[in-house]
Amino acid sequence: MSQPALLVLEDGRSFAGTSYGATGETYGEAVFTTGMTGYQETLTDPSYHRQIVTQTAPHIGNTGVNDEDDESQKIWVAGYVVRDPARVSSNWRATRSLDDQLKSQGIVGISGIDTRALTRHLRERGAMRAGISTELLDPAALLEKVLQQAPMVGADLADEVTTAETYVVPAIGERKFTVVALDLGIKSMTPKRMAERGIEVHVLPATASLEEVLAVNPDGIFMSNGPGDPETTEHPTTLLKELLQRGKPYFGICFGNQVFGRALGLGTFKLKYGHRGINQPVLDRATGKVEITAQNHGFAVDAPLDGPVETPYGTVEVSHVSLNDNVVEGLRLTKDGKVLAFSVQYHPEAAAGPHDSAYLFDRFVELMEGRA
Amino acid sequence: MPRRTDIESVLVIGSGPIVIGQACEFDYSGTQACRVLREEGFRVVLVNSNPATIMTDPEFADATYVEPITPEYVEKVIEKERPNALLATLGGQTALNAAIALHENGVLEKYGVELIGASVDAIQRGENRESFKHIVEKLGAETARSVICHTLDDVMGAADQLGYPLVVRPSFTMGGVGSGMAYDEADLRRIAGAGLHASPTTEVLIEESILGWKEYELEVMRDKADNVVIICSIENVDPMGVHTGDSVTVAPAMTLTDREYQVMRDLAIGIIREVGVDTGGCNIQFAVDPADGRLIVIEMNPRVSRSSALASKATGFPIAKIAAKVAIGYTLDEIPNDITKQTPASFEPTLDYVVVKVPRFAFEKFPAADATLTTHMKSVGEAMAIGRNYTEALQKALRSLEKPEARFSWKGSPASELEPLLEAIKTPHDGRLRTIMDAIRAGATPEQIFDATKIDPWFVDQLYLIHETALQVSAAPRLTPDIIKLAKRHGFSDLQLAEIRGLTEDVVRGVRQALGIRPVYKTVDTCAAEFKAETPYHYSSYDEETEVAPRETPAVLILGSGPNRIGQGIEFDYSCVHASMALREAGYCTVMVNCNPETVSTDYDTSDRLYFEPLTCEDVLEIVYAEMQAGPVAGVIVQLGGQTPLGLAQRLADAGVPIVGTPPEAIHLAEERGAFGKVLAAAQLPAPKHGTALSAEEAHVIAEEIGFPVLVRPSYVLGGRGMEIVYSTAELSAALERLGGGEAFEHPVLIDRFLDDAVEIDVDGLYDGNELFLGGVMEHIEEAGVHSGDSSCALPPITLGNADVENIRRSTEAIARGVGVRGLLNVQYALAGDVLYVLEANPRASRTVPFVSKATATPLAKAAARVMLGATISELRAEGMLPAVGDGGTLPTSTPIAVKEAVMPFNRFRTIDGASVDTVLGPEMKSTGEVMGIDDTFGTAFAKSQAGASQPLPGSGKVFVSVANRDKRHMIFPVKRLADLGFQIYATEGTADVLRRNGVEAVTVRKSSQGPGPNGEPTIVQMVQDGELNLIVNTPIGITQGGSPRLDGYEIRSAAVARNIPCITTVQGLAAAVQGIEAQRAGDIGVRSLQDWVPRIRGV
Repeated sequence: MSQPALLVLEDGRSFAGTSYGATGETYGEAVFTTGMTGYQETLTDPSYHRQIVTQTAPHIGNTGVNDEDDESQKIWVAGYVVRDPARVSSNWRATRSLDDQLKSQGIVGISGIDTRALTRHLRERGAMRAGISTELLDPAALLEKVLQQAPMVGADLADEVTTAETYVVPAIGERKFTVVALDLGIKSMTPKRMAERGIEVHVLPATASLEEVLAVNPDGIFMSNGPGDPETTEHPTTLLKELLQRGKPYFGICFGNQVFGRALGLGTFKLKYGHRGINQPVLDRATGKVEITAQNHGFAVDAPLDGPVETPYGTVEVSHVSLNDNVVEGLRLTKDGKVLAFSVQYHPEAAAGPHDSAYLFDRFVELMEGRA
Repeated sequence: MPRRTDIESVLVIGSGPIVIGQACEFDYSGTQACRVLREEGFRVVLVNSNPATIMTDPEFADATYVEPITPEYVEKVIEKERPNALLATLGGQTALNAAIALHENGVLEKYGVELIGASVDAIQRGENRESFKHIVEKLGAETARSVICHTLDDVMGAADQLGYPLVVRPSFTMGGVGSGMAYDEADLRRIAGAGLHASPTTEVLIEESILGWKEYELEVMRDKADNVVIICSIENVDPMGVHTGDSVTVAPAMTLTDREYQVMRDLAIGIIREVGVDTGGCNIQFAVDPADGRLIVIEMNPRVSRSSALASKATGFPIAKIAAKVAIGYTLDEIPNDITKQTPASFEPTLDYVVVKVPRFAFEKFPAADATLTTHMKSVGEAMAIGRNYTEALQKALRSLEKPEARFSWKGSPASELEPLLEAIKTPHDGRLRTIMDAIRAGATPEQIFDATKIDPWFVDQLYLIHETALQVSAAPRLTPDIIKLAKRHGFSDLQLAEIRGLTEDVVRGVRQALGIRPVYKTVDTCAAEFKAETPYHYSSYDEETEVAPRETPAVLILGSGPNRIGQGIEFDYSCVHASMALREAGYCTVMVNCNPETVSTDYDTSDRLYFEPLTCEDVLEIVYAEMQAGPVAGVIVQLGGQTPLGLAQRLADAGVPIVGTPPEAIHLAEERGAFGKVLAAAQLPAPKHGTALSAEEAHVIAEEIGFPVLVRPSYVLGGRGMEIVYSTAELSAALERLGGGEAFEHPVLIDRFLDDAVEIDVDGLYDGNELFLGGVMEHIEEAGVHSGDSSCALPPITLGNADVENIRRSTEAIARGVGVRGLLNVQYALAGDVLYVLEANPRASRTVPFVSKATATPLAKAAARVMLGATISELRAEGMLPAVGDGGTLPTSTPIAVKEAVMPFNRFRTIDGASVDTVLGPEMKSTGEVMGIDDTFGTAFAKSQAGASQPLPGSGKVFVSVANRDKRHMIFPVKRLADLGFQIYATEGTADVLRRNGVEAVTVRKSSQGPGPNGEPTIVQMVQDGELNLIVNTPIGITQGGSPRLDGYEIRSAAVARNIPCITTVQGLAAAVQGIEAQRAGDIGVRSLQDWVPRIRGV
């Protein structure tokens, strides 16, 4: 029979359920994601490092796990919360069940709890520390251990998720450009989207020095998504300042947007419960068009929506905003009407998620072509 | 970009009568559209022939034309109203076809009317299969291999090329009319022949079979800035081969990875752009090969559809409303999301629950019809349920159907033989999931189920999960909290648990409630709780946290009518919606309970709170409990939703639920024959001789005593289910057999003397305990014996005098008082000689309430709701809700005549051998919908009603007459009149002789049984099939369900249905048709809005 499991939040609320995946104990920041498809991509997204992820969609695991949809080498979530895990996998690409996959990677999860109640709680009280255990089933005892964990604010996690070695994703077809992608927790779809556009992508560790970057002689610089508090991320910010100084075209995604903001002198702050889902409407302020985006961020850039800001590198303005809550979703740096660099807070590589924003990779190409 | 300022008035076309494939979902969408357009300050002109719709309530448009939706009539409206724009994408295929016709005949151009929503080009690109195929290919995707055909020869050529089995799909028809699966040449000739005829462009698509593939739908929305969002994904549990309207469907899609889903999403967006639906919603269907994921685009609807209504209710994203807004110029990001208020409509709803829709069929009404499910839609309604998981949603949906055989049951031992069950589930049929469960009980493996059905293994496993849960319940030593909770999480009802445990439902409920195990109520919020919901749209789940907000305002719960079925449809929803409106205005918090996704009542905007829940005793009791915890409850209304809530009244009252209006004891007084007889006797009102039989023997004794013909029917039914008129002992035996036979009956059988040749009268009244408000007196056109729901009728009554009406008033008042009615009462009378017989009384809203309300410009259901909560008729008169003086019995002579005509689904059904089912009207109701024609005189109103019902009366041509002996005398005068009007008369021998002797020339036609003549003279059936006739008059010989003398007639009538030639089956109908034809020939028939009629009805 199924084994009991307990989820406890740092404010003391607890949920008793059934073990899912591996047994044991795990801690992290409790967050929720609202995507109805793409659990495999979600689990393997490094941005979820140190987070206990709640799926608001009740049925998880229906299509099993396949060999193509992982976004990195492993599952990154610290813990997994679902309501109704599948008993069978049904998809022609499936090679194993999600339950087995979670077990084999030691991911502790809990199922059968009121995930909607949990989501509402996190929405009202904000994302917070939590623990799941299949061993310690006394809420008070588990709470004590939860409170010993480090909070997400102030966490510098890039080093924990970044690649150890540089690797190259070759361009598909003719190579038109070379880009250095700083891996702050990059998803595999991102270099693929660039490669499809003739970009040879050199993925460098988060600790790569200016010299190492320049040694590649890149046409453009890219910084990826990733976990952690952007305020603590000193090295990538310093590196980006240097590269901007040298006029390198830049494109950033998610964490890369926050790093960009900080490099330009803007602040960042923690959102109450973040944006995590694949249905997030974003307005491109230049075109007035709405794109439905995939998002996964707990922090955001603090920039004025009502006008541009002058920086040592040029003029920065908010290019994209969330239509749900006006959070900054994109930045554009221009000088004399010419775009020098840009970034978005969401995920144009969209895995999982809609492909509405794939045009941003084209813009990056245009930027490197000097046409932007 | 704000709304357009270059247009001032918009014409909205509705979808007309409820038919299979086009039901009240278009009242829901049209009502939303009208509401939006008026809020935005446009002048709204509406055309819809269906009086039972909310959208045709005068307050929803500036000018409401209850007129036929034909190009001719709509042109008259355009000529009179001169709208700037036409919105036709919210009224189903009917509205779209009318709009295309008006474009093609130049009317739109002539009057400068702009088609908004979707252009004619876009509609044609989306609906024309060839151009659609090109679009899909251009996007790099596939459609099924297919050939477009315009002749049967083309069709045969296509078959050679593609191989059997083949799918036949006619162009420009709705609900899959004329489509089907052909396994051999005979099938193909028959289906494609009918399909070519059904298609307005004589075009069918012959397509490779993708039977057994997984089927999906996406609901897409686009605005003029080219923002496109997917509102909902829907997955069909029944794989390809069953029309999506007949499939069990689930939202969101359950068995797609994100990659596959995104490919579909990209394609859907590409298609809506390429087709060029600039603003509004559309629906795109896909098939996926489960073996390798090969994706095929099936089709698109460039308009709001039945699935859009489902998707709106499933997600909380009101597709029709938003479609109307984008049609008038808004972009999605400018439109707020109603539910969250703080976020915009330019997003994609995400669900943290599962929605299951199940179809409801009416094969019991058409015993001869082939009940196999195919690509041709046959269901008459649907129920939707929401749960936190699939098992919960599925089981709730199945019990929402109100068919005991639909839900899963573990009663008795499993079937001993598995093979027959495995064989049965190979063919899609009504209740297949139940059959699958029975197979699982009998030991089937998941592989066997998949092989037989091709239902995705995930869905199959969910059935095993339910079954295993049932076994756990069965095996448990006792009903522990854990076991009950587990079962409840998988959707088991108290009744199912009781069956498994051999207990009564009440005992299980008692135990469960004593243990404190009750459902919580979650909220449909479009966003999986990411944002706070401002709209209390709830569903139950056995989960942990409830979201019902406390309140101080007293609540009134209104129980709706559940899935549409024949005999209980939109008319009851209309009354429920009106009650909600009136009580909201009177300061109550209105709480709607219903499970029909097509309706206006389940729009979260209609009531203060909406519970999307099954209408069973258990589910309703829990809602009442939850609302009582939330605040004061003034009462529960059971008399507006038809038989469904009425059937719950006594049990709810027994459980302490405050029922407002007519109390359950009074309902019983009217429904129970003996008790009702005492009420009539006390009031000295005559009723046909009758008796109640509990056994076949008793039935025969009673019938002999009162004399044949007699009317036989089971007690407690709606829509005349199982009702028959029998003329002899032998027929009586056969009828009793059909009612279930046996020595002792499960429910008493009522036997009434049948009054031949009587005028039937229907009355809707309102009683407050003291005063009667006679809502309307309707005179049936057909004789007594045709079910009132199928019969056409006129209001005010066309042949009754003041004395008759006063007699009716006195009788109705006496019944209302005797029964103890508080609210609405419907009484059926038969006037035979000068005696007014009481046939039956129903202390509830009737099917005719909306018709009467429109014809008399009086909101009867609103007034009834107020009366139920204590208002008096005189107070309502003083308030202005009811007229200050007079009522529906005292209408001034200037009042127009309103004719209600029923619309039949005969063209939807075929027997197993492919023949049409019979069209004869009888005491069992068969119609799915109704239309109203309104004008100064009966003839004109009748002509409009016929045009509205898609059976327009001919102006000239050939009429065939063949009547039963007893009708011959009554037929002479009207047929003579037709001859005088220049019609050529054709008749079978007997009828022709009678006509000739009366000076009417008639060509004698051979009966079908005689076969073709020596010189190749065709039989009547051949003539009908060849389309040579313009009108058919054929009254059946005897109105029984058996007997061979009727065979000729049956063939004629079914051929008429196949060719869509008007076919009149009663002499009274013939007389009315003659008046209609005369009116048409007398001159141009005008159109007039309901708003314009009001002064005439009020006599001012």
